[in-house]
Amino acid sequence: MKLNKIGHLKGSFESNGDNVMQHTVFAVSLTGILLMVFLLLFLFANGLPVLKDMSIKRIIFGVDWYPMEEPPALGMLPLIVATLAVTLMSSIIALPVAIALAVFTSEVAPKKTREFFKVLLELLGFVPSIVLGFIGMMLLAPYMQDVFGVASGLNLLTSSIILGFLIIPTVASLSEEALSSVSHELREASFALGATRWETIRKVVVPFALPGISAAVLLGVMRALGETMVVLMVSGGAAIVPHSLTDPVRPLTSTIAAEMGETPVGSVHYHALFFAGLILLIMTLAINLISYWIERRRVN
Amino acid sequence: MTRTVTRKISDRVMTLIFCSSGLFLTAVLILIGAFLWCEGSPALSLDFLTDAPKDGMTAGGIYTPLMGTIQLLFVAMFFTLPIGIITGLYFAEYSKDNFLTKVLRVSVRSLAGVPSVIFGLFGLSMFVIFMHFGSCLLSAGLTLACLSLPLIVTVSEQAFLAVPQDYRDASYALGATKCQTIFKVVLPSAASTIITGTILAIGRVAGETAPIMFTGAAYYAPEVARSLFSQVMALPYHIYVLATSSTDLEATRPIQYGAILVLIFLVLGTSAIGVIARLKLAAREGK
Repeated sequence: MKLNKIGHLKGSFESNGDNVMQHTVFAVSLTGILLMVFLLLFLFANGLPVLKDMSIKRIIFGVDWYPMEEPPALGMLPLIVATLAVTLMSSIIALPVAIALAVFTSEVAPKKTREFFKVLLELLGFVPSIVLGFIGMMLLAPYMQDVFGVASGLNLLTSSIILGFLIIPTVASLSEEALSSVSHELREASFALGATRWETIRKVVVPFALPGISAAVLLGVMRALGETMVVLMVSGGAAIVPHSLTDPVRPLTSTIAAEMGETPVGSVHYHALFFAGLILLIMTLAINLISYWIERRRVN
Repeated sequence: MTRTVTRKISDRVMTLIFCSSGLFLTAVLILIGAFLWCEGSPALSLDFLTDAPKDGMTAGGIYTPLMGTIQLLFVAMFFTLPIGIITGLYFAEYSKDNFLTKVLRVSVRSLAGVPSVIFGLFGLSMFVIFMHFGSCLLSAGLTLACLSLPLIVTVSEQAFLAVPQDYRDASYALGATKCQTIFKVVLPSAASTIITGTILAIGRVAGETAPIMFTGAAYYAPEVARSLFSQVMALPYHIYVLATSSTDLEATRPIQYGAILVLIFLVLGTSAIGVIARLKLAAREGK
């Protein structure tokens, strides 16, 4: 008999059943890898054929998106710019509010209020995006139309505000977790030196929680990038490079969602939409891996 | 002296700003909640839940889409729960720190960040076209299963890791094998946490629209799906259809708001049960 890695006896105590179990569990777990591989495979296999009809340069830098015409124009620059613009705008709107909420919940609010806000923020994270899209369409868009006197309230600014609302709960509750996991002794040491609460927050708590907060921010940005229903319902849907905040836009996600149902399988347009998906997937994967790396570094 | 005063003032000002962020959120929520309730509550009744949409979806209730959503959730959980829990078990109990484990971890993490519309594209190309299932309940359910897999994996891994090591040691000391320990000690102790996590995952998946739009959700279906290979109506997609392409916007207005309210109740109700159950569990373990 010999000792195995974890230190208990190997050999007579371990039956064959254990080995079978271990191998089964391992085999089933590989589904995760398999799924990711298949996802990439199917997206590449369906997206890359579009390059037969058009060069990658003309797709990424082309400004004309008329996929239904003959021959189709597949310039995705307006869609890419729209995705980036909406993500950037919603981050500018949402991140300060989300972090302020996190600080409020973790550092300022009394105990009862803190418990309430923790649950509230978490529950808000569950609100389906279709609900927010609906609110944007029915409530905010008519209001924006009146305030700005523009032709349509469905535009870049409106969708950024709604998207901002979508990511506030996610960013806020994750940042709150990061803030409240900072040890109490650090805060007390800072107070003991005569620092005010704001100084403690700014110079002690936030710097210590920074890796967690940045992971939360990245996660929020990633959600905004990949969000579909809100932009599909609220962004206006015009495939133009936006020049002002009140221009209607058509991000990658909403283009895929709006056009996939009507395009014949295997057409150039079909492959182009998968290619748009690929662009989106690569952007989100990059952000995701950066945040994963930050998290791992924090743990080690 | 003035330095102390400015420090105190800036502290007060910042505290005020933080408090107003909380107030702002509460105010917006109350406003939106009140608006939705005023518009939607007249439509709510038992008939609204048990009647199918009628007259080109301008009258009737939301029975078909509501049942469709429940069916989709069942199909998704049927596939994703066993695989997700076993993967969590692998991470918590079996995994060694080798290359394959790292790849698996990165895969699950990447899946968690894939936008839902990309899952829709994947479901379309894999289940609907490549596997010839067609646009149906099974394809849409499988797509949702893929989407919820990383959620279930994370939840169950944490649940298994939360089981105290002493329990396992005690079981081994009694001569139990690893297999017996997992089935008789680890799984039962982790079960309630996994169930709570599953409820939360259901809450998250129930409102997803983009992944099912081209994998199985129907614009209109005359009745509740009887087989895995028929199309289903789903509540979130039904709301989208009503809001964007209804034939008679005025007539469907109460139905839209009613459906939104039901979806919110469904999702937040499910999640609230999960959140409260989790708090209870945490309190019990804290004792």
